Amino acid sequence: MSQTITEKILAKHCGKDEVKPGELINAKLDLVMCHDVTTTPAIDMLREYDINAVFNPDKIVIMPDHFVPNKDIKSAEMVRKIRLWAKEMGIEAFYELGRHGVCHALLPEQGHVRPGMTIVGADSHTCTHGALGAFSTGIGSTDLAASLATGELWFKVPESILFIINGNLFKGVYAKDIILEIIRQIGVDGAMYKTMEFRGDIIDDLSIEARMTITNMAIEAGAKSGIIAADQKTVDYVRNRTDVAFEIIKSDKNAHYDKVIEIDVSHLEPMVAFPHLPSNGKAISSIETIPVDQAYIGSCTNGRIEDLRIAAEIMQGKHIAKGTRCIVIPATTEIWKQANKEGLLDIFMDAGATVSSPTCGACLGGHMGVIASGERCISTTNRNFVGRMGSPESEVYLASPATVAVSALAGVICDPRDQ
Amino acid sequence: MKAHVYKRDHINTDEIIPARYLNMDQEVDLAKHAMEDLDIDFIKNVELGDAIIAGRNFGCGSSREHAVWALRGAGIRAVIADSFARIFYRNCINNGFLAIECKGVSEKIKSGSEIKIDLKKGEILDLNTGNTYHFAPLPEFAQKILNAGGLLNLVKKKML
Ligand code: SF4
Repeated sequence: MSQTITEKILAKHCGKDEVKPGELINAKLDLVMCHDVTTTPAIDMLREYDINAVFNPDKIVIMPDHFVPNKDIKSAEMVRKIRLWAKEMGIEAFYELGRHGVCHALLPEQGHVRPGMTIVGADSHTCTHGALGAFSTGIGSTDLAASLATGELWFKVPESILFIINGNLFKGVYAKDIILEIIRQIGVDGAMYKTMEFRGDIIDDLSIEARMTITNMAIEAGAKSGIIAADQKTVDYVRNRTDVAFEIIKSDKNAHYDKVIEIDVSHLEPMVAFPHLPSNGKAISSIETIPVDQAYIGSCTNGRIEDLRIAAEIMQGKHIAKGTRCIVIPATTEIWKQANKEGLLDIFMDAGATVSSPTCGACLGGHMGVIASGERCISTTNRNFVGRMGSPESEVYLASPATVAVSALAGVICDPRDQ
Repeated sequence: MKAHVYKRDHINTDEIIPARYLNMDQEVDLAKHAMEDLDIDFIKNVELGDAIIAGRNFGCGSSREHAVWALRGAGIRAVIADSFARIFYRNCINNGFLAIECKGVSEKIKSGSEIKIDLKKGEILDLNTGNTYHFAPLPEFAQKILNAGGLLNLVKKKML
């Protein structure tokens, strides 16, 4: 029977020739990712159940990121507990401060993600890694404990929705705008429990980093995972990072999809998702003047080197508007170093922005730029829920790095195409 | 059990337990801040054994299982919603915490009403009005995990 890439990967990992949507399976996991917030409860559970070993220390990666560098005593204690446990379990891949970064940027960058894998991570945006042709999904702490102990997890095989993205992407319009438009169209539960598979000329043209921006936000439509079949770009990206063998899996020609949605992006404008849902996207030409107190460039959605290059190009030689603050957070240490080498950090700071060490920071209202009541932030992140970046009386607007950069300069939300 | 009704879709885990409290992971600590950004009075009104009723896509957003623990710690025994976000739903099942899909009840049951849930019959009884609402029984695998008292009990059994 014809199958989708997701069905094929899952079938392979539960020892079957084929699986069908709705079928309940126990899949073997190739990689389990842990971060600072969701892992300590899993460790406590394992101890409570007297489980004193992990299934395979080489298939576990730990990357404290949300509150690093530790923002307070409590978060310091959490990371300490994870660090000690990792040592006890013999887990080598613990990304200590100095090699650290936001988990979904760091995992592929460091060569842990390869096509055809099954990946779980105790973080909802684990769907990001589908950009490399892997099945990757977010889980909670109990699932994490079970995964760490057994290397397996139960899944209901998801239905797949195929998004075919064609047309011409004009200057000033980016991957972020495409995914914001998709979520606007289908809603925050439009792909609930399903897989979003992306294909089409535009997807082919996008860089691996830009593809990650798209799969990153699959969860914002309620999806279990997002996936893009590997191509030569994927192979090159992965080969530059690891020698480990992998298999490229693609959907069969006649695979069954729950829905096929074709989107021509030729007329797509830069998008801004208004508070308080990622689906509240509006075309930039349709919005009134919205002053912003803060502009935030970073996160697992848009804190990669290409994003910083785009923002720096716009900010070069210019100055952040009076009354607006701008925070730039390169997503990983490597990105920070590269941005520094290319002079991007100087550009940001000369423009009056501040640059922080890699962290999730204010993306989830943790630290490093939390906003006050009545404040408005335009952000390259992925969620604008009530209180997401700070006070429950604050507002978050989501947009691409280009839109955030021009808005920082203007002090109001602006169209990057006018630059 | 008393119903706390929120006629809203997409109540997310940031609202159920804001990230500023994620430097803690104990149920008692989290419980103090349950639903804080959505309803500051929730924690004053909730009693042990109560239920939350809401619209579509309850528990969307972050995968933080802290959301389930905060609600459970606050005394909530069941959440009834039109639909649940996937990770939250898994987290409920894995914790042996009741998440019941039943469409439209947030429009019909008034906040503060006494309700009764009959799992075997798949019925929610509104004691104030006498109306009953039906829901599909939990999927078999969910039942299995619930009966075992959570996923890790099953895992442990398998590992022995
Ligand atoms: S950057 Fe934001 S969305 Fe990404 S993992 Fe960190 S907190 Fe989550």
